[in-house]
Amino acid sequence: MTLLEQFRLWLGGIWPDWAAYVLPAVVGIVIVLGFVLTLVIVFIWYERRLLGRFQIRLGPNRLGPEGIFQPLATAVKILLKEDIVPAKGDKVVHWLAPLIVFVPVVMIFAVVPFGERAILADLNVGIVYVVAISSVSVVGIYMAGWGSNNKYALIAALRTVAQMVSYELPIVLSILGVVLVAGSLSMTQIVASQKIPFLLLQPLGFLIFFLGTVAEMNRCPFDLLEADSEIVAGYHIEYSGMKFAMFYLGEYGHALAYACIITTLFLSGWQGPLLPPILWLLVKIMAVFSLIVWMRATLPRLRVDQLMAFAWKGLLPMAIINLFIVAAEVLWLSEITPWLMVAVNFVFAGVLVLLWSKLFTLGGGRVEV
Amino acid sequence: MAIRTEPFILNMGPQHPSTHGVFRMRVTLDGEVVVDVEPVIGYLHRGIEKLGEARTYTQIIPLTDRLDYLASMTNNFAYVLAVEKLAGVEVPERAEYLRIIMAETMRIASHLMAVGFFLNDLGAMMTPVLYMWREREKLLDLYEMVCGQRLTYNYMRIGGVSHDIPEEFLPALKRFVAEMPGFIDEYDQLLAQNEILLARCKGVGILPKHTAINTAASGPVLRASGVKWDIRKADPYSIYDRFDFDVPVGSVGDNYDRYWVRMQEMRQSVRILEQAIPQLPEGEFCAEVPKLLRPPFGEVYGHIEAPKGELGFYLVSDNSIAPYRFHIRPPTLINLTALKDMVTGWKVADLIITFGSIDVCLGEIDR
Amino acid sequence: MTVALNAEEVGKKIDEALPSSVVTASKAAVVVTSESLYQVAEFLKNTSGFDFDYLTNLTAVDYMDYFEVVYHLTSLKHNRSLVLKARCHDRDKPVVPSVVSLWRSADFQEREAYDLMGIIFDGHPNLKRLLLWEGFVGHPLRRDYL
Repeated sequence: MTLLEQFRLWLGGIWPDWAAYVLPAVVGIVIVLGFVLTLVIVFIWYERRLLGRFQIRLGPNRLGPEGIFQPLATAVKILLKEDIVPAKGDKVVHWLAPLIVFVPVVMIFAVVPFGERAILADLNVGIVYVVAISSVSVVGIYMAGWGSNNKYALIAALRTVAQMVSYELPIVLSILGVVLVAGSLSMTQIVASQKIPFLLLQPLGFLIFFLGTVAEMNRCPFDLLEADSEIVAGYHIEYSGMKFAMFYLGEYGHALAYACIITTLFLSGWQGPLLPPILWLLVKIMAVFSLIVWMRATLPRLRVDQLMAFAWKGLLPMAIINLFIVAAEVLWLSEITPWLMVAVNFVFAGVLVLLWSKLFTLGGGRVEV
Repeated sequence: MAIRTEPFILNMGPQHPSTHGVFRMRVTLDGEVVVDVEPVIGYLHRGIEKLGEARTYTQIIPLTDRLDYLASMTNNFAYVLAVEKLAGVEVPERAEYLRIIMAETMRIASHLMAVGFFLNDLGAMMTPVLYMWREREKLLDLYEMVCGQRLTYNYMRIGGVSHDIPEEFLPALKRFVAEMPGFIDEYDQLLAQNEILLARCKGVGILPKHTAINTAASGPVLRASGVKWDIRKADPYSIYDRFDFDVPVGSVGDNYDRYWVRMQEMRQSVRILEQAIPQLPEGEFCAEVPKLLRPPFGEVYGHIEAPKGELGFYLVSDNSIAPYRFHIRPPTLINLTALKDMVTGWKVADLIITFGSIDVCLGEIDR
Repeated sequence: MTVALNAEEVGKKIDEALPSSVVTASKAAVVVTSESLYQVAEFLKNTSGFDFDYLTNLTAVDYMDYFEVVYHLTSLKHNRSLVLKARCHDRDKPVVPSVVSLWRSADFQEREAYDLMGIIFDGHPNLKRLLLWEGFVGHPLRRDYL
């Protein structure tokens, strides 16, 4: 019984049925959208400052105290730019692409639990909904590349499809590990069953999921589809103005969405002593995001065939083995104290990671022409 | 059943974030694999060789600044060396030492920038660039102390240098030389064993030894392929034969070797500086040379080891105040001859980083 | 030290191997006829004792009566250098054989000499303009251009 459903029941006594259905929905959507957009703005500021500190410089610090109005200035600048559409590109596809990229990202937040009963839609297949919705943005990126009538965009679009499709598999398999231990697909159940955060219980699953989602988000070191130094901004090379703003917000929205999912699945969501749940959620999301920015600041980029090799030969077999180990543990070890599971899992994670780093090579070499 | 594919031509145009200048490549791609590369240059052609024929020998020095504008003093150095060889001018000791100090610091600055932007092309998003820029800024402050300029110095003159160093120069330089090995160690620690760097660079873009010699590659590109040829050792100019330094030589000639050779050369430059600074004598900083120098009839080819390769000047004099023919041997244009060999069969990403590892500067390619 | 070989002795040796190719051989350079340039270059590259495998520089100079193409050769093995020159007296269509098949470094440098001086290199696989654009008329570095 989520808060919104309770609100609706109470309204149902006073108002007619349809009004009692619409108002809580609108209130919920407004709150979630406000949360998302505010946090995206905060993320933009936070990333630029943190990146600056990694690069031994201050980040933006001129607009407002410590530069907090910088994202607003960026947003205003982008909105005021002229909207250029390529003459020979496919106009409908070009126009639709930013929508198809941005909207699924926002839809993921419908199932993120913000508190004990504060969730917009308590689906009992919550995590499957997340996986399904996040794959829709792949189509959007491909449409952006195709509709731009530009070879750079086309290369980027094809790389994207390859990358995002390959990284779906390890992500789903590591989610299955979590689901096996939690015993349910619903997001609230997963959070509720984390007495010990699943980070400790399944370190290998966390690692695979984290790397897989960084690849899904197209962030360094997997950001070859907007590789500034190679294909000059990749799929959004021909976009400007509001459409570019949607891509830009979509990228940070993606980061926020996956940070929320990681927090829910592996860091025990909003749970924590003393502070109110929403604050704990924010702290954890910021921690995950800092990790993502740290990776961006320090690592160079992988080449496309090395990326694919990393997904198929590296992450996927480890995810399958992880799934088997977790299934075996749930079958035989779940009655004994879960700390034993933690120890066993850490040992397995260490062994597997070491074995893989020794065994497999990244990517093919020279092709004979 | 094989899928029918069709190669297409991608134009990495003059405006591109990582072609290091206005350089254009027409790349024939089959999917992601590079089949052919055709460099198209000339976007920065200013006719420096023709301009040189209408200027006196001293007036050409600012023109040479604009060649490799990232390491301007070495261009000046090569040019005045060629003119001094032609006209038989003796350079005082203090000027020689000052020139060596400037040339070696310039080498460090140029390599810092080359390695930093090589890593930027790899995707490391400006972080190595900014770390290396920290040291380069210290060097640019030193140059500003001496000649007031940060990019195009115009510091060397025929017979010496143009200004003497102020008092605060030597302590700042000594501080820099003392700190630099620590910083190079820091870069090595952060970068040399980075998994992704190794995977992207090792074995990629190989330039075999016989190809390197046949295409007259020079500088770090030649030495990374295993040829121990450094003009400072093979044909010493100025007072390089008084200093003790090694010449790092790579083994395979891939991108990683070119990166490694540049890092080691920075260490050797610091070593030369440590020997040169205590030996700096007092005296004049420029010989007495007439303002309108008339060298005797003849021709000369003077070359030095610039950071990017062998920079040479071919001067033909007809005993007048301006040279009859002024030709520049650009190291990076000739290093580019082998680009197609290094890159075919690899992917678009490798094309960018191999091109970055050759370290071009369009000013001297186009002249 | 890179020793600059004495051009007179080299000229004598070339004359022994390929008669009637050397025009003059002063202390500075060996001048050969433009027809025999390719054979002389091949001789200098392949004879052991010379081993000039490194073409350092290739330029052209416009003395008003004739064009002179200058080759600076270096032998990495013996650390020696030599200056080789070829003259062509035809002002409208100066032709010199190309040495690209011997030293690939001549590729861009010959294109540049063609572009700026108008010297045609016979046998170059891709003799197009390098620094100036395709439709440019004239050869700017000649002494009588402007």
